[in-house]
Amino acid sequence: MENLAKNLWVIPLLPLLAATVGTFLPRRLHRVTAGLSVAALATAAILAAAAFLSVVRGGALYSNVPWFETGTLSVRVGWILDPLSAAMLLMITVVGTLIFIFSTGYMAEDPDSGRFFCFLSLFAAAMLGLILSNSLLLLFICWELVGLASYLLIGFWYSRPPAADAARKAFLTTRIGDLGFLVGLIWLYSESGTVLFYDQGAGCLEPAALSGIAGRATAGGLALGTAISLLLFCGAVGKSGQLPLHVWLPDAMEGPTPVSALIHAATMVAAGVFLMARMFPLVALGGSAELPAPALVVMAWTGALTALFGALTAVAQTDIKRILAYSTISQLGFMMMGLATGGPAVGMVHLLTHAFFKALLFLGAGSVIHGCHGEQDIRHLGGLRRRMPLTFATYAVGMMALSGVPVFFSGFWSKDAILHSLSHWAPSRVPFLLGVLTAAVTAFYMTRQMIYVFAGTSRGPDSAHAHEGSPVLTVPLGILAGASIALSAVTTPFRPWLEHFLSPASTPSESGSVWGILILSALACGAGLAAGGILYRNLGVALKTGRDPLERWVPRMYTLMRDRFRFDEFYRATLVKWVGAAAWISAALDQSLGSVFRDLASFAASAGSWLSRTVDQGVLNASFDDGCQAARDAGGLLSRTHDGQPQRSLRILIAGVIALAAGLLFLATS
Amino acid sequence: MPPEPVLSLAFAIVAGLVLGGSVAAVSCRNRVHAGLFLAVALVGLALVFLRMGAEFLGFIQILVYVGAVAVLIVFAILLTRGSDSAHERRSNAPGIGIGLAVLLWGVLAWGILHRSPGAIATPSPPPSMAVRDLGERLLREELLPLQTVGLLLTAALIGAALIALPEPGISPRPSGSHGSAGTETPPSSPT
Amino acid sequence: MSAATLHLLLAAAMFCIGLAGALCRRNAILVLIGIELMLNAANLNFLTFWKYGPQPQPLDGPVFVLFSVAIAAAEAAVGLALIIAIHRRYRTTQLEEISRLRG
Repeated sequence: MENLAKNLWVIPLLPLLAATVGTFLPRRLHRVTAGLSVAALATAAILAAAAFLSVVRGGALYSNVPWFETGTLSVRVGWILDPLSAAMLLMITVVGTLIFIFSTGYMAEDPDSGRFFCFLSLFAAAMLGLILSNSLLLLFICWELVGLASYLLIGFWYSRPPAADAARKAFLTTRIGDLGFLVGLIWLYSESGTVLFYDQGAGCLEPAALSGIAGRATAGGLALGTAISLLLFCGAVGKSGQLPLHVWLPDAMEGPTPVSALIHAATMVAAGVFLMARMFPLVALGGSAELPAPALVVMAWTGALTALFGALTAVAQTDIKRILAYSTISQLGFMMMGLATGGPAVGMVHLLTHAFFKALLFLGAGSVIHGCHGEQDIRHLGGLRRRMPLTFATYAVGMMALSGVPVFFSGFWSKDAILHSLSHWAPSRVPFLLGVLTAAVTAFYMTRQMIYVFAGTSRGPDSAHAHEGSPVLTVPLGILAGASIALSAVTTPFRPWLEHFLSPASTPSESGSVWGILILSALACGAGLAAGGILYRNLGVALKTGRDPLERWVPRMYTLMRDRFRFDEFYRATLVKWVGAAAWISAALDQSLGSVFRDLASFAASAGSWLSRTVDQGVLNASFDDGCQAARDAGGLLSRTHDGQPQRSLRILIAGVIALAAGLLFLATS
Repeated sequence: MPPEPVLSLAFAIVAGLVLGGSVAAVSCRNRVHAGLFLAVALVGLALVFLRMGAEFLGFIQILVYVGAVAVLIVFAILLTRGSDSAHERRSNAPGIGIGLAVLLWGVLAWGILHRSPGAIATPSPPPSMAVRDLGERLLREELLPLQTVGLLLTAALIGAALIALPEPGISPRPSGSHGSAGTETPPSSPT
Repeated sequence: MSAATLHLLLAAAMFCIGLAGALCRRNAILVLIGIELMLNAANLNFLTFWKYGPQPQPLDGPVFVLFSVAIAAAEAAVGLALIIAIHRRYRTTQLEEISRLRG
């Protein structure tokens, strides 16, 4: 057991090695790179399974090693293997391996697939490192590394401008959140003196440090723990696509579909939820059942609004991947809600089940796109039920799991647990109602998408000649579909093994309220399914008019949802414009003035000219011209010191040396 | 060791060699001659080292400076000759440069002559420098700096060869002008 | 006037001559010659203090000189390579004409 914790680093090291070796392989050997990546991650999955089993038997353990020392400052890093990281570890390696296998088929014709697999392996290594880290600093490093891998993979087809733009957008938007994360990290370090989570009583998540933080307030009466938690939550908001930093996630769909499945559905975007679960002892500091910690309240509301926003937006999208992207945003909101109201276990169970069925849905979408020669617009698809039966069957499983169809699908049980904890949340009932509404809307938009893509007859040339992919594509779909169903066996409230595993302390809920929520949840799902089925039953006829059935019914609402509630336009009109204006002014100053000296000189001269103008209004124009000329002259004068003549600089230097030497000697002798 | 006269004839000769060579090296109009005078000044300095009992360093001085650096400079002068001698002016503001140099020497000399003469004048037992001691010192206490310097020299040599490689876009000089052979790619270039 | 003083004066004079060369000459190679002279003057200073000064460590001066010689050799090689590359590109070794980086 002790050896296991010490050697956990092997698991992230394997994909990292694959990425390193793959980097140096020539481009034509891209199949070798792909095979290497799959083998590395599959081996990691086996090790992860062993680690998981040992945690099931034995419980948490961790191991810290010194990283570097400077003076009295000693920085240590460590690996942790507790139920939280073990479950994530197993999920990431298993889902990752399946997605890697799918990618070998999906990217087979791309000549750059060697680079693709290098990036994917880099991502897997960083993600596994993030999960296993026992130090907030190491977690932050891996956090940035997965962000980098995400950037590289979104922009994988960098010659396409939308992909390059989306990559930049994702990178910059998440950077805003990461700034908060970094400040929080530094603050936590300065308060607790350590960034290790667990360190034999001295870690920052252990009672000694927590009691040191509890009860202290910062400026404005905000509790210290709350302030740090909210800063860390900023990072989670950026990474997990919560309002208002969600705008990058839909655009990230410009990347290859396996990337969307792995990074932007199953693993990386869930890292924010994981971070909050990891830091839960700090986040929940100072709260009780009746009065939760303020950070948790903020998280719950953010999650609730995000969930509803994502679901409503998904209703009106026409790109098969964007629907899933908004669905992911919505489900991430669900996870945040569950985490904030029911503790880490509730949120994490949904994270794990969601990872499986959302990866399944994305890979299914990838299979559709692959079979239809790149067609992503659901209005041009249709009738794929008969042409791609395997994809249809597995996609249906994923769709029912996401919609929360009762009994057999894991998504139902995990979503039910969240709704259950929401219904008991003391501060407000509104998130519960929003959650139920979101569940219904989720079932509705998934029904819409299923009908658009698979029902009826084909509406485009590409979908008419669709074909099922090779077993490399369909076998991972089948395994993921099986997992989506099988996970329900360990997530029901009657046998909540997974929840207990993740959080042994959580109390089993009374069965009476369980039934009430179960029925309500099933009703919401049924309502959504029925509404979707009725509204879209005559889709072929409706589309003849060129409008979505829902658009004819509630046109203004539909437009608003299709335009994603105009978030992007809002940002473009405000933030982007301001930053652009600032950049334009800076560039203009830079170009016209040239050097710092000239900037200063012209500033002084401008100030002088402004003075002279106010003194002498009558000759306003002349004095302004004089001021400009003065600026130009002063600038020209000072720029002469930067004339590219080293000997002139040397002369000044030597004059200084002489003065210094003479001064020192004078001081020493007198 | 017998006490040596403070200003012996030998010292005057080698000092004259050093100073004269230096002055000629920096003031000579003919660049090739300047390079050769540099070699003279460095030989003079090597003689100063020998007289001070640092025989090893004196020979190193001759080997490295006279044998390599000065020769390298002469080669560089030969390679770059011919293109810009037509519009060469004599000096760049010589008054300022010489003035500054003289001023600096004045300050330094004043410092040397007046600042705590005792610390320098106390004749401690004259040290000797056995090459064995120097080698042991280098290979024991200074091993890491020694290796670093070796690395630096390697990097400098590779870098120098790379920098001096002809750029792809620049056509070699027309044949017949001075030093065209030197602009060819070195045969053992590291690329 | 002691031997130490004489040697120090000699080193200072050599340094200043080299400095005058580095300040005044227009040709980059001649400036480099001046810099070599300044370096050698520094070496002479090291040896002077080793020979005539107080000695906490017996071989400090010569060790310094050895390293200094090695580094000066590297500097000369790179500097001359740069001058040759510049000469090939701009057909000049006049310092004043090599001013692409002026402000």
